[in-house]
Amino acid sequence: MKKTDAKLYWELRNDMVRIRRFEEKAGQMYGLRKIGGFCHLYNGQEAVAVGFIGAMDHERDKVLTGYRDHGHALAAGMSPDAIMAELFGKVTGSSRGKGGSMHLFDPGKGFLGGNGIVGAQIPVAVGVAFAQKYRKTGGATAVFFGDGAIHQGAFHEALNLAKIWDLPAVLVCENNQWGMGTNWKRVSAVEDFSLMASAYGVRGERVDGMDVLAVRDAAVRALKDARAGRPVLIEARTYRYKGHSMSDPQKYRTRDEVDEYRKQDPIYLLEEKIKAAGAWDEARAAAQDAAADAMAAGAVAFAESSPEPAPHTIYEDVYAGRPFFMGEPAYAGRN
Amino acid sequence: MAESIVMIALSPTMQDGVIAEWIAEEGQAVKPGDALCEVETDKATMPYESPVSGTVLKIVKAAGQTAAVGEIIAVLGKPGEDWAAVIAGATPVAERPAAGPSAGVTSTEASFPALGPIEPTVAAPAAPPLSAPPAAPRASTASAPSSPAGASPSSPAGIPPSSPLARRLARDGSVDLRTLRGSGPHGRVVARDIMAAAGKDTVNADAPKSAAPGGASIGMASRGLRDERVPLSRMRSIIAKRLGDSYSEAPHFFVRAAIDMERLLELRAAVNEGRDKPIGLNAFVMKLTAAALERHPLVNASWEGDAIRYRPAADIGLAVSLDAGLITPVVRACERKGVEDIDAELADMVARARSGALKPEEYADASFTVSNLGQYGVEEFTAIINPPGSAILTLGAVSKEAVVRGDAIVARRTMRVTLSSDHRVIDGAVAAAFVAELKALLEEPALALV
Amino acid sequence: MAVISYREALNRAMDEEMARDPMVVLMGEEVAQYDGAYKVSRGLLGKYGPERVLDTPITELGFTGLGVGAAIAGVRPVVEWMTHNFALLALDQVVNEAAKLRHMSGGGLSVPIVFRGPNGPAEYLSSQHSQGLASYWAHVPGLKVVAPANPADAYGLLKSAIRDDDPVVVLESEMMYGDKGEVPDGEYLVQIGKASVVRSGSGISLVAFGRPVKYALEAAALLEKRGIDAEVVDLRSLRPLDEETVMASVRKTGRAVVVDESWPAASVGAYVAHRIATVCFDALDAPVGFVSSEDVPMPYNHALELAVQPSADKIVAAVLRALYLEE
Repeated sequence: MKKTDAKLYWELRNDMVRIRRFEEKAGQMYGLRKIGGFCHLYNGQEAVAVGFIGAMDHERDKVLTGYRDHGHALAAGMSPDAIMAELFGKVTGSSRGKGGSMHLFDPGKGFLGGNGIVGAQIPVAVGVAFAQKYRKTGGATAVFFGDGAIHQGAFHEALNLAKIWDLPAVLVCENNQWGMGTNWKRVSAVEDFSLMASAYGVRGERVDGMDVLAVRDAAVRALKDARAGRPVLIEARTYRYKGHSMSDPQKYRTRDEVDEYRKQDPIYLLEEKIKAAGAWDEARAAAQDAAADAMAAGAVAFAESSPEPAPHTIYEDVYAGRPFFMGEPAYAGRN
Repeated sequence: MAESIVMIALSPTMQDGVIAEWIAEEGQAVKPGDALCEVETDKATMPYESPVSGTVLKIVKAAGQTAAVGEIIAVLGKPGEDWAAVIAGATPVAERPAAGPSAGVTSTEASFPALGPIEPTVAAPAAPPLSAPPAAPRASTASAPSSPAGASPSSPAGIPPSSPLARRLARDGSVDLRTLRGSGPHGRVVARDIMAAAGKDTVNADAPKSAAPGGASIGMASRGLRDERVPLSRMRSIIAKRLGDSYSEAPHFFVRAAIDMERLLELRAAVNEGRDKPIGLNAFVMKLTAAALERHPLVNASWEGDAIRYRPAADIGLAVSLDAGLITPVVRACERKGVEDIDAELADMVARARSGALKPEEYADASFTVSNLGQYGVEEFTAIINPPGSAILTLGAVSKEAVVRGDAIVARRTMRVTLSSDHRVIDGAVAAAFVAELKALLEEPALALV
Repeated sequence: MAVISYREALNRAMDEEMARDPMVVLMGEEVAQYDGAYKVSRGLLGKYGPERVLDTPITELGFTGLGVGAAIAGVRPVVEWMTHNFALLALDQVVNEAAKLRHMSGGGLSVPIVFRGPNGPAEYLSSQHSQGLASYWAHVPGLKVVAPANPADAYGLLKSAIRDDDPVVVLESEMMYGDKGEVPDGEYLVQIGKASVVRSGSGISLVAFGRPVKYALEAAALLEKRGIDAEVVDLRSLRPLDEETVMASVRKTGRAVVVDESWPAASVGAYVAHRIATVCFDALDAPVGFVSSEDVPMPYNHALELAVQPSADKIVAAVLRALYLEE
């Protein structure tokens, strides 16, 4: 193993641990009712966001995803403080408390959002790729969605458009095998989603979504194709440990099944690889874990101490220019 | 450092949970995601996964025990750490609604207003009770099936249904709705019924505005004698009281003058050259009256029984005739305003006076009043003083009169004015000097610059 | 001042804006090689090339969403829907994406996009191709919605829409594309959010938008013969709504009839009538009249389809009721 490889492996481990610890903390805060509504955790799927987004060029590439978006946001470099504050609904949150868990955005980092409608982000992402091509930025766009979204018309319409207009788009299906409570096999005509690419004449590729290195390699290949005007479809087979959302009692699967997948835990698998390469360092791992804990705790402290948004801010961020409202605005002009 | 593990809501509606079974034991090391215990919620039995890594130092809530959300169920840390201190140092996590503000941000909570309806900026006057207070039920009606105390019938006996516009016109025109039979659906009294009662033949809702300035009221316009007793409107009662008191209490005396208006009318024409909306003569007269008052401040005064108050500003009211009576919107501090501003304020207030939207503070407390019946062709007239002012100036029609200039008789546009003064405040010579000054200013407006 | 058609006015607006700003692109079904299903985009492909005038597959959801994505990434797309009927397939992308991305991102994203195409009853097209859907868009905060009723407004409003940094839905009318009117020669913009008093009168206010403005003007001419002086207010913009102009008119006349070619329930016209009844309560001599389409899907038979829609005669009847001249 080369020294540069070891450095990369440790970086990937660090990025995955940060997401894992952040999500554990978010789950805990949800339990304490600091976070409300829908909260979809990313535990178990870290290798996909870290492997793919880590291979992107953050200066010019763009990322869009669905509502299970904390992991992608962190992998894209978003501030954990701004994310946690957003989950808490605070005015210091990335969307000033208007988006919540499902709608994280950071245009400055090329992260164009968490989208709450299954599959709706796919045509939007293809449009972002259109703008990249039209404006000749050299950038590419990756859009993440689940095994539920791949059956939406939005996916098929968007993939067709990406192909006919040669757009720099990579469509990444994170097949975590459960569309809410429905096993993917029950609702899918084919069990290999990468085959769907052939219907639109684009390259499809299946990758082990628990193997961060495999995902990263696939990302490098796909981004190269995309930049050359050849869109790509990737199916990353993965597994979510948590329920669909926080209120999901997970009656549809057994604890054994979950435990089985934990043996393929992406962090564990990577650690095994580091050990096999003889680059394991217990102290370094402990330091990464401690830093990730501190990051998550710091984000909670920041969110806790942040102010609530004032009522009149409901009238902000609706229109670009002078805002206007139908009816009789109850809180206008008050602050 | 050791960390307390608290019960969390494992379903959105869960308030507390029963520890069904501990999976981890005291002394056991766990990683984040490892199941610590099984918790029975209101919906299902759910695994409680450890949010942190560490060794289970103490199980606080044993299997079978209930823990509220936020209550400590275990302590995790490094082996040997003091778990008791963690429990002792824990402050109970207050239950709070999910959507409520976080604890610990009271300073920012205070910086924005509580939600709720916006209070009107002008407090509405307290309405008189419409019926007996509900706190004093009469025993004789307690068991009667009549409407409960405090509820007023939606359609008072004798008053027909009417459109909002018709009600407004009736109010302005002192027309009693009870005397009318509506021509609208279900006998609704509509605008045309009020117009008919007032002898007008139009369906234009704008009728009050389109009436001649200071024009005839509905009653005056109505042709034909009639045998009818009309109860006083509120406005009519107030006019009767105020002017009756003024005329009986203030000893009135009158000073007259004939004013050559040629220069002022030329000036007004020059000023109005190219203006979309010409400035009215009243504004010029009020401006020059203010100049005269500045030179004769004794006229700008109020009688206060044991004192005379000299007023610091020329707050000049203009008598405006409404269908229902009379109102005097007041332009404050005319001495400091130009004719354009005075005219604009007058136009605004007169329009609102006619729609009933003038606020009391806008028509009260004039220090001096002007009344102009010139548009009726009246040569001259006297007026009753409008308290708390001590003088009122009337303006007759501007008409050409034969005037001696040098040795020739020439036709000059002339206006006759009469000043009514309260002799308790203003002596004859003072009134005469004021009228002479006003005459000089109106005949040569440039003197106002001197 | 040139007399040009509503269609030509829209074409001129897009042509000038594409010449002015290289980020403006036009996409939709048949907009390029076919010159537009209704020829609104005639000649633009030849002038601006296939990179800026793009024929899309028949996938309203897909290309509408693509337009939204392009808008948040620096392009200013004009998305043509062949008709608003087909835009229902793209409802999610307009309501949940275009209208909400700025909000959900806490002001981080802008969505400068125009959605345009013909809306409202046409002729002989039965239920799916002939209906007024204005309220679908006018309901949604985050959108702006305009409905030009003449060539001059079509030109000035579309130019304003293309320059607007918010998503703007333009309601055109298939039945008005051939209408001719005077359009000033020089460039000008019509401010979004300003109604227009297209006929001054004192007896009653007729408030309409889009094609029914024509019916209101016809009704006003009929009423004039009966000695009734109607004022006609063209809303032009449904969101924002110019209440000031509407209410000033109703306060002057004391009566109002609102006209909307949509169905009666939850329509823009119903909302405008509600606002008039609330804001102008004390100025009203009669309940606010409302002439809408009948509450039925559009039939194919011509006499039947005309019976469904508002007309000058229906407006006159509503006016006579509001003036208590007829029951």
